Amino acid sequence: MSEMKLYEVFIRAKSGLNHRHVGSLHASDAQMALLNARDVYTRRKEGVSIWVVEAEKITASNPEQEHEWFDPAEDKVYRYPTFYPLDKEVENM
Amino acid sequence: MATQINNKALHTYLLRLADSSLTMGQRLAEWCGHGPYLEEDVALTNVSLDLIGHAQIFYQLAVALSDDSQTADDLAFLRDSHEYRNPIITELPKGDFAYTTLKQYFIDVFSVQLYQALSKSSYEPLSLAAQKALMEVKYHLKRSEAWVERLSLSTDEAKVRMQKALNDLWFYTPELFETDAALNELIEQGVIADLLALKTKWNEQVKTLLQRCQLEIPESGWVATGGLAGEHSEHLGYMLAEMQFLQRAYPGCEW
Amino acid sequence: MYSQGLTDAKGQEEPADLLAEFQAKIDREEKIEPRDWMPMAYRKTLIRQMSQHAHSEIVGQLPEGNWITRAPTLNRKMILLAKVQDEAGHGLYIYSATETLGVSRDQLTDELLTGKAKYSSIFNYPTPSWADMGAIGWLVDGAAIMNQVPLCRCSYGPYARSMVRICKEESFHQRQGYEIMTVLARGTQAQKDMAQRALNRTWWPSLMMFGPSDKNSTHSAQSMKWKIKRFSNDELRQKFIDATVPQAEHLGLTIPDPDLKWNEETGHYDHGEINWDELFQVIKGNGPCNKERLQARIDAHENGEWVREAAQTYQQKQNNQHNEAA
Repeated sequence: MSEMKLYEVFIRAKSGLNHRHVGSLHASDAQMALLNARDVYTRRKEGVSIWVVEAEKITASNPEQEHEWFDPAEDKVYRYPTFYPLDKEVENM
Repeated sequence: MATQINNKALHTYLLRLADSSLTMGQRLAEWCGHGPYLEEDVALTNVSLDLIGHAQIFYQLAVALSDDSQTADDLAFLRDSHEYRNPIITELPKGDFAYTTLKQYFIDVFSVQLYQALSKSSYEPLSLAAQKALMEVKYHLKRSEAWVERLSLSTDEAKVRMQKALNDLWFYTPELFETDAALNELIEQGVIADLLALKTKWNEQVKTLLQRCQLEIPESGWVATGGLAGEHSEHLGYMLAEMQFLQRAYPGCEW
Repeated sequence: MYSQGLTDAKGQEEPADLLAEFQAKIDREEKIEPRDWMPMAYRKTLIRQMSQHAHSEIVGQLPEGNWITRAPTLNRKMILLAKVQDEAGHGLYIYSATETLGVSRDQLTDELLTGKAKYSSIFNYPTPSWADMGAIGWLVDGAAIMNQVPLCRCSYGPYARSMVRICKEESFHQRQGYEIMTVLARGTQAQKDMAQRALNRTWWPSLMMFGPSDKNSTHSAQSMKWKIKRFSNDELRQKFIDATVPQAEHLGLTIPDPDLKWNEETGHYDHGEINWDELFQVIKGNGPCNKERLQARIDAHENGEWVREAAQTYQQKQNNQHNEAA
């Protein structure tokens, strides 16, 4: 029999924070993945909420296109407040 | 006005709770490093840790009730099998994963119902301990229930193993609800749970799942009894010999 | 998919510009992530080292697991159980990280069980007494920490991240071991003897944990360049000895090395020659417990086969039912 499915595990450390990727595990189905994630990844009260996602359902960007995709954002200086000089009297805007 | 609680009877009952948790935890600990796969190895150990923790809490309650100077560790490591008060089912060997799982499920259903009832105990220390333990056994039940279903409704081999486990374990379960005159008195006083009422609830819940899992309850077998009076199976002696070895071989040491 | 397979460079020369860019990235202390381009040899080195590390955690459960049912108090039982459980968890974290390099857990398990993969030689020694739980925590975990802390800065992101988590969790492992030794060393004569015998057993094998001496280490130079490794075997070993000797003195225990002495000039302890032949024998499979340890893992895997199969079959049946109903 082939091996159990790979699940990626995401944990919210405390309310107010995003879920964050912490690792992965193998499980036969989503419910077992969730139970096992609780036992494997929150033994020291690391979280208040868990997501498990089948690894193969994740669509990811291609690292080879890193520059094409992400560098253009670098020179859009007008997206940042420091681009706009204001008179001293109102500079805290 | 509150009636006087029979301390000796309550002490014995606390030992029954503690001994049950300890023997269950000890057996589950045998899986550590030998689980069916890594994720389950970690998960089984968590349950074992919870159970040994419960044992320690209940021993401490027993210690608080007693006049002598025994510690929780003395109770665990220096009593012989005839002084242990657990029902026989909790001392049975770990068996295969089907046997471990079904035994765990039976105990988990029982513990959830028991601790729910004990949360309302008129004896406050017991009520507080039960409330804490309840949170943990609820999770244990979620796990063991999921596993009973997976093992029963899957391959032929797994189903055969589950049916065999059920045949071997079923007649150990009535002992969970056994009482004696002293316990009946505590039940009447609202100190401990009404075990007869629990028995009905337990049977209802367990039989519903067994039916859904297409497992058949065996017709007859030896109905276990005796743990409450210190009459045990042969297995407990071996378990204690292993567990108590250091304390017995090097008496009076700090560890 | 989060991880990816071995897609490129099937025997082909790797492009010089990619290689140069890769090394430059490492030199800038930037992390390499799973889907980034990497030289085949880097990937292979990581798979070898990480899987050995993961296997060591898993096999490492056994010598201590040995004493869980016999721990002398409830607290000791829970501490040991939690520690051995952590080792399973750490094996799992590292297997997860290794899988991002395109190998499956099944492949890795198979390599362990068929004896193809190696694991730390220390776990092929027996733990006949309770004091071994102390000595292992103190020395073996102590040595492991020396090795692992620099790995938190390893160039491969998933490995480095798993090591950060592991180091955080392991911080109690060495302390609990030393505490066991402290209690024994302050106990009865029988307990002191037990502690001394455990130290005698564990000392030399724990020095061997750092691997062969630098002059005989085959993989070191390239691993340092790739920042998979940050310190040499001998550097780490010396650091371990320097930290441990005063701890043994504090316990009133004797380290079983007549040549061990403080060297004013170097500011380090000099130590006796390590029996490298013993290390190579144990690595080859001829240690006292190699066969038992491997057999225990094989048994667990084989006994678990029907469980894993059942869980997957259940899931397939559920899917089928769901599809029929739809």
